[in-house]
Amino acid sequence: MEFDFNALTVAESRRLLDGGACTSEQLTAALVQRIRERDPEIKAYVTVDAEMALAQARAADIARAAGGRGVLLGIPLGIKDLLNVEGQPCTCSSRLLEGYIAPYDATAIARLRAAGAVFLGRTNMDEFAMGSSTENSAFQVTRNPIDTTRVPGGSSGGSAAALAAGEAIATLGTDTGGSIRQPAAFCGCTGLKPTYGRISRYGLTAFASSLDQIGPMTKSVEDAAILLGVMSGLDPMDSTTLDVPVPDYTKALREDLTGIRLGLPREYFIDGMDPAVRASMDAAVELCRSLGAQIVDVSLPHTEYSIAVYYIIATAEASANLARFDGVRYGHRTAQADDPIDMYGKTRQEGFGPEVKRRIILGTYVLSSGYYDAYYLKAQKVRTLIRRDFEHAFQSCDALLAPATPTPAFRVGENTSDPLKMYLSDVFTATANLAGICAMSVPSYPTPEGLPVGLQILGPAFGEERILHIGHAFEKRLGRS
Amino acid sequence: MNYETTIGLEVHVQLKTQSKMFCACPTGYGAAPNTLVCPVCLGYPGAMPVMNEEAIRLTVLTGLMIGSNINELSKFDRKSYFYPDMPKNYQISQYDRPLCLGGSVVIEVDGVEKTIGITRIHLEEDVGKSTHMARSSGVDFNRAGHPLMEIVTDPDMTSPAEAYAFLVALKQILLYIGVSDCNLEEGNMRCDVNVSMRPAGQKSLGTKAELKNLNTFKGVQHALHYEVERQSGMLTRGERVIQETRRWDPDQGITTSMRTKEDAHDYRYFPEPDLMPVVLAAAQIGALKATLPELPRTRRFRFAEQYGIPAYDAGVLSADRDIADFFEAAAGLSSNPKAVSNWIMTDVLRVLAERETTLAALPLTAAALASLVGLVDKGSINMTGAKTVFEVLIDNGGDPARIVNERGLAQVSDGGAIESLVDDAIVANPRSVEDYRNGKKAALQFLVGQVMKQSRGKANPPMVMEILMRKLEG
Repeated sequence: MEFDFNALTVAESRRLLDGGACTSEQLTAALVQRIRERDPEIKAYVTVDAEMALAQARAADIARAAGGRGVLLGIPLGIKDLLNVEGQPCTCSSRLLEGYIAPYDATAIARLRAAGAVFLGRTNMDEFAMGSSTENSAFQVTRNPIDTTRVPGGSSGGSAAALAAGEAIATLGTDTGGSIRQPAAFCGCTGLKPTYGRISRYGLTAFASSLDQIGPMTKSVEDAAILLGVMSGLDPMDSTTLDVPVPDYTKALREDLTGIRLGLPREYFIDGMDPAVRASMDAAVELCRSLGAQIVDVSLPHTEYSIAVYYIIATAEASANLARFDGVRYGHRTAQADDPIDMYGKTRQEGFGPEVKRRIILGTYVLSSGYYDAYYLKAQKVRTLIRRDFEHAFQSCDALLAPATPTPAFRVGENTSDPLKMYLSDVFTATANLAGICAMSVPSYPTPEGLPVGLQILGPAFGEERILHIGHAFEKRLGRS
Repeated sequence: MNYETTIGLEVHVQLKTQSKMFCACPTGYGAAPNTLVCPVCLGYPGAMPVMNEEAIRLTVLTGLMIGSNINELSKFDRKSYFYPDMPKNYQISQYDRPLCLGGSVVIEVDGVEKTIGITRIHLEEDVGKSTHMARSSGVDFNRAGHPLMEIVTDPDMTSPAEAYAFLVALKQILLYIGVSDCNLEEGNMRCDVNVSMRPAGQKSLGTKAELKNLNTFKGVQHALHYEVERQSGMLTRGERVIQETRRWDPDQGITTSMRTKEDAHDYRYFPEPDLMPVVLAAAQIGALKATLPELPRTRRFRFAEQYGIPAYDAGVLSADRDIADFFEAAAGLSSNPKAVSNWIMTDVLRVLAERETTLAALPLTAAALASLVGLVDKGSINMTGAKTVFEVLIDNGGDPARIVNERGLAQVSDGGAIESLVDDAIVANPRSVEDYRNGKKAALQFLVGQVMKQSRGKANPPMVMEILMRKLEG
């Protein structure tokens, strides 16, 4: 029997595997084959370990034959290259971590492994997750499989492109200011940024510790619910995880929106928004209304400060988080240095790309003596106001609808010379990270040229069941329309 | 012109915990380099800190012991600077909300008491240790992440001797509550010193120098002496002291400039996003307070008063908590605390010194010592016998009364038996008897000694004396 292995979702793969219609080895081999054919052009992966993946797949087949029924048993996933997977490289798409082999599993990875997942390889990203197009990778520029002249978004662009190109069943991304949702929107897949503290960050190479979250990138909302359930929950290794019960998220998936109040934050529907995105949003809102949702107008008055606040806090934290890459213990070390300071300087000069350097300098500056109060402290205060905006908005609605991005995928090279313009592509996503709430991008009506557009659904902290429910209903109805 | 010296100390104390500050690696000294390490204490990508609750407890205990206010809400911050022994190139420390604020330690120099204020106590992680070889350097990260408590004093000390006395008093307190081994050779206690000079009577402080690399208390005192001379010399010559960090070179006995204020670090402190703030409920703090022992100093005064022992003895007995506890236990079971004190001061401390051991390692119990004192007081045994019993207790422990019986050490107080021994002695030593009668009183001691010898040490010495004198005079 022949399947289109590359289009399979997690849920479909599991049905085939459980039913004995195919083996994990066949499924994995098909994906490896697709990567061989398609990835020279797409460049979604920085590392593919076919041998290890096939060995894991065979082990999964043996486990299944013995009655094993792990939630992800034998299902091949692509992992963003800044998550530590024991024994694999973890370069964060940086020259600085070339040659580094992770000595341990991130908690999220350990939980996927325990559920039986197969790890295909490491997906490309903007270096240390700093960027919105995956053009900041030190190794390669990933192409958007929908239109290869365009970027896949970023920083989890490799994970999004791998899905769109049929090179994985599901992938993991990380989201600091939109790095899951924006590439998901650009590549036409589903990307969920969970509530801060829902999934352990242990083993996630930190960019901005108070903003980073790991999340699933999938071909369906149901898959997002499955992966979220596996990875969520308290972790003694990450003190910022919360002891909130982990439900079976798939039970939350319903197909109507009766009784659901959806807020439209007026600050997100700005003049000058790309007309195709605007049209897509309007149609999406109407579709929700037709599913029974009540649409209400809400305000998030401090939205205009979010990009400034985000770039101050994120770069400040990054400047400390990336200080450890010094050539002393692992990764790249310069060939010749006179003393430790010289070694740091040369190692970091050679190892980091321009965007990473730019952000380290920005972050160092905002934390400097004499500037701390004016920048970092003030940004933290505004962050509190942004969080309160959301708390206030969620008093009058169950979730918010907003565009995931101001434009569809832009062309490769279009924004690289203008960092500020690139930063503005995070304008609709960074607020959820600042507020610590959950948000998801699901594919909505495409543009007339056929480019994907993402509908962003934002929920309160630990409101994942609610946004999954809304996303699932939307996805099902859109699929039928 | 006369100059006054102002000294403040920053004392780093390694806490006695099983595991490191932010990971499960064991703490330990002397293991092979880089064997007590993990992704967290090596600063690997993605690793995250997890708070060691015991380190928090020990720091709060120290604060309570010296009268600090404990912050019910405290937090950790990142202190950024690059150094090869610093795994993350930032140290997790506490900036503006330390665990403890205020407090004081009383010191005594030349019999004069003085109270030294404590500014704050905060908790941080230790760094690794660099070793420099001919053409390369190595770093051992075993020590990296060891919980380190930093105690900062007010600038209250005015002489090197006061700084020394402070360190001694602080160490005694820390040992008393067992928060650190305070082993200086293993780097358990390390000290940075701030010192400045100002013309006598001037209100504002002079420009300070910070001295580093001070690993012994004597080193602190020597470095301060040198620095006081150096700075007062400069001021006398009309030169200006510049604010700088100076390294103490113990071999040459001098301090040399490390860096000036211009190239001082900007540590760029900001709150550690990977850790939640530390919240200590008043009830938790109260419960810890209830477990506090008496300060050694307070105990010293109480010992002298309550047990009627000399101030010096009280000082010795209260200096070490185990010994003080032992004394209190034995004294509580005895009607003669003075005698208990004498036994500990002379015999117990001698044995501990000779055998380089601790009380806990000896089978001698407080109850046994009290009972031994009781046997002597009742006259059941004389001092010679008591010393024999003591040696048995030190080696094997046991009940003193039973040891006396088993070894036949009971004192002979039977008048008839002693009289016959006295008669024998008089007959056997006519020369001494004659000397005594001719006024040589020392001969009496010889005769007493002969009787004691014949009794194999067991005769009651006052009775021997009394009967002998009666016979000789009569």
